[in-house]
Amino acid sequence: MRRFTLSLAALAGLTLAATSANAQITVGFVTSLSGKASSIGLNYEKGINAAYAYQSEVAGQKIKLIKLDDVSDVSQATQLARKLVEQEKVDIMIGTSSAPGATAMLSAANELKVPLIAISPVRLGIPKKGHPWGICVTQTPSLMVSVIANRMKRDGIKTAGFIGFNDSWGDLVYNGAKKAEASGGPKVTSNERYSRTDTTVTAQALKVLATHPDGVYDGGSATQGALPLIELRKLGYKGGFFGTPSLLNRDFVRIGGKAVEGVQVSAGPVIVTSQLPANHFSKKIGTAFHKVFKKVNGTEADDGFSGYAFDAWVIFLKAANTALKTAKPGTQAFREALMQAIYSNKEVAGVHAVYNFTPKSYYGVDDRSLVVVKLVKGHWIYQP
Amino acid sequence: MTAQIAAILAIDGIATGAIYVLMALGFVLIFSVTRIVFVPFGDIAAFVALTLAALEAKQLPGTVGMVAVLAVIATAMELFTIMRAGAYDKVPRAIFYYLLLPLIPAAVAWLTSGTLLPAVPRILLAIALILPVSPLLYRVVFRPIADASVLLLLIVSVALHFALAGLGLLFFGPEGVRTRTLTDFSMMLAGVPISGESILIVAAAAVFCLMLYLFFDFTLYGKALQATAMNRTGARLMGIRPAQAGAVAFLSGSVLAAISGVLIAPVNTIFYDSGFIIGLKAFVGAIIGGLLSFPITAIGSLFVGILESFAAFISSPFKEVMVFSILIPVLLWRSYTLVQAEEDHEE
Repeated sequence: MRRFTLSLAALAGLTLAATSANAQITVGFVTSLSGKASSIGLNYEKGINAAYAYQSEVAGQKIKLIKLDDVSDVSQATQLARKLVEQEKVDIMIGTSSAPGATAMLSAANELKVPLIAISPVRLGIPKKGHPWGICVTQTPSLMVSVIANRMKRDGIKTAGFIGFNDSWGDLVYNGAKKAEASGGPKVTSNERYSRTDTTVTAQALKVLATHPDGVYDGGSATQGALPLIELRKLGYKGGFFGTPSLLNRDFVRIGGKAVEGVQVSAGPVIVTSQLPANHFSKKIGTAFHKVFKKVNGTEADDGFSGYAFDAWVIFLKAANTALKTAKPGTQAFREALMQAIYSNKEVAGVHAVYNFTPKSYYGVDDRSLVVVKLVKGHWIYQP
Repeated sequence: MTAQIAAILAIDGIATGAIYVLMALGFVLIFSVTRIVFVPFGDIAAFVALTLAALEAKQLPGTVGMVAVLAVIATAMELFTIMRAGAYDKVPRAIFYYLLLPLIPAAVAWLTSGTLLPAVPRILLAIALILPVSPLLYRVVFRPIADASVLLLLIVSVALHFALAGLGLLFFGPEGVRTRTLTDFSMMLAGVPISGESILIVAAAAVFCLMLYLFFDFTLYGKALQATAMNRTGARLMGIRPAQAGAVAFLSGSVLAAISGVLIAPVNTIFYDSGFIIGLKAFVGAIIGGLLSFPITAIGSLFVGILESFAAFISSPFKEVMVFSILIPVLLWRSYTLVQAEEDHEE
C-alpha cells in the first residue's frame, strides 16, 4: 500500500512537472539542412528564423520553437514527426522542404491528431472520418499555370507551344495548360518533352517552331528550364516565353542569359514585395518580412521558400490567438482548438497569399497568391 | 518533315553522335584490354565539364579533393603490396607514380585558384586534373580483382558508378553548369545553320579516331595493348605486364572522356549526374561494335546520335525508348552472327 501511494505521488509529481513544462506553446519545425533537398531546406530555415524574430509570443504566452533536420530523407521526416509529438509534446508542427517529406509528415499528423502546416506541396487523400490534421500553404501547380495562362489570354496570345520535362512536373504543367485551354486560354499546339540530362533539344524545339505558336510554355524547372528557350531563340523564334515559379532561380537566369530575357512567370508576390502597389495585401506584411529577414539572416530574401515558412508562422500565430481563449497549450484540446481556429480564421494575409482553409482540402489559396513577373535585364519585374 | 528540318536534325544528330563516338571508343578500349565495362565513364566526362566550369568561375574545382583522396588510398594500397613482397626498392617509384604525379595538376590548380587562366591552359588543366582519376580508380578498385569474371567486374563497375555519383554531389554540388563557348563561329549551308561547336565536336571525334588508329597500329604500347586485349596470358608470356596495360588503357580512355566532357560543356548544362545517361547511350554504340571493333563502334555511335535526334522529333516523350530498343535487334543480330567467345573456358 505504501509503495502504491509512493508511486502515485511520483506520478502526480511527474504530471505536474510535465504541465509546468508545457505552460508555453511548443512548435516543432522540420526542414532539410543536409542532403539533396538542403538547397531549398536552408531557405525554409532562414524563413522560420525570421518568423520567430518577427513574433515569438502570442497573447503573453511564450512560444518554444524546436527545429530538426530530416537530412532530406522521407522516413526520417516521419520519425521526426513522431518524435516531436511523443517526446516533445508539440502543439503544432511545421515542415518540411520536400513534397514527399511533407506528405509523409501529413499522414503522421492525421494519425497522431496533431496539426501540421505543410510548407511543400502535399498529395494525400482527405481522411474519411473527422477532419484532416493539416493544411498546406503553397500554391497548387494548376493555379500556377492558370494564372500565367490568364495573363497570356489578356495579352492576346491565341496559341501556345508546350515544351517541358519528361516527368511528373512536365505532366502537371501540361495538364494545367490543357485545363486553361478548355476554359478559354491559349490553344496548346504541341506537347514536347525532354529530360534534365538531355544533351540537346533541337528536335523538340523544331517541332514547337513548326506549329507557329504565339507564345511558348516552359514546363521545366531551374537550370535546365532554360535549355529549350536557348534553343528556340537560336532557331529564330520571336514569340514570348511563359513559365511557372519553378523558373524563379538564379541559375536559370545565369545559364539562360540573353535567350531568357523577357520570360514571364507566375510568382508568389513576396518575390517582388518592393514593387507591389501600396494597397496590395502582401505589401505591409511582406515589407515587415523582408526587413526582419535581413536583420536575422544578413541577406535579402530573394527566394519564395522562406516566405512559405513565414506564412506558416503567421497562420499559426493567428490560430493560437484564437485557440488560447478556449484551451491550454500542451493538451489535446488545444491542438483541436488550433485546427478549428485555422479553419475559422478567414482572409489571413501572408506574404504569399490570402489564406482561407476548409476541412475539404489541404490547400487554401486563390489566384491572389500569384502575380506575374517578367525578367528584365536579369531582374524579375512585377507586371500588374 | 521538310528537307530543311531533316537536315537540321541530321546535323544535330551527327554532333551528338560524335560525342558518343568518343565515349564509345573509350568503352571499347578499356573493355578490350581489361574486360571491364567501365560504367562510370560518363561520370568522368561530366566531372571534366564541372571542373572546367569551376576553373572559369575562379573556384578550386572539387576534382582536386577527389584526386587527392584517391591518390592517398592508391599509394597506401601500393605500398602495402610492396611491403608484403619485401621489394623496398620499389617504394620511391610507387610514391612518384601514385602520389606525386597525380597531385601535380591538383597543385597547379590550387596555386592558380582565384586567377582566370586563358582558355587553352584552362582546358588543359581541367583535362590534366581529371586524367589521374580513372587510372587511380583502376588501381584502387579493379586491380585487386583483375582476374575475376566479366560479370563480377561489371557489378563492381556499376557499384563504382553509384559511389562516384555520390562523390560528384559531394565535391561539385547539385548545381548545373555551362561553360563558355569555345567558338562563336557559325555558318549557313543551304539554309541550314551549322554552329562552330558542332564542327569542333565532329572534328575532334575524327582526329581522335585517327589517333587511336595510329596508336594501335604504329606504336609499341599500342601493340602491347592490342596483344593484351587478344590474349592476356599470351601477352604476359611475351613480357607485357597486364597491370600496366590496364593502367595505360584507363589513361587513354580518360583522355577520350575528358575531350568529350570539354566539348559537351558549352553545348549543354551539365550536372554531377549528367554523365551516366550520355555514357549509357555511348554504350549502345559500343555494343553495336560488339565491344570489339573500333570502326563499327564509331559508325554505331553516330547512328545512335542520329536516331536520337529523329526520335526526339517524331515523339519526344518516347525518345529514350526508341534509342534503347535498338539494342534488341542489335543483340539478336550479334548473337546469331558472331562466334561465341568462350571466355570462361579459356584458362
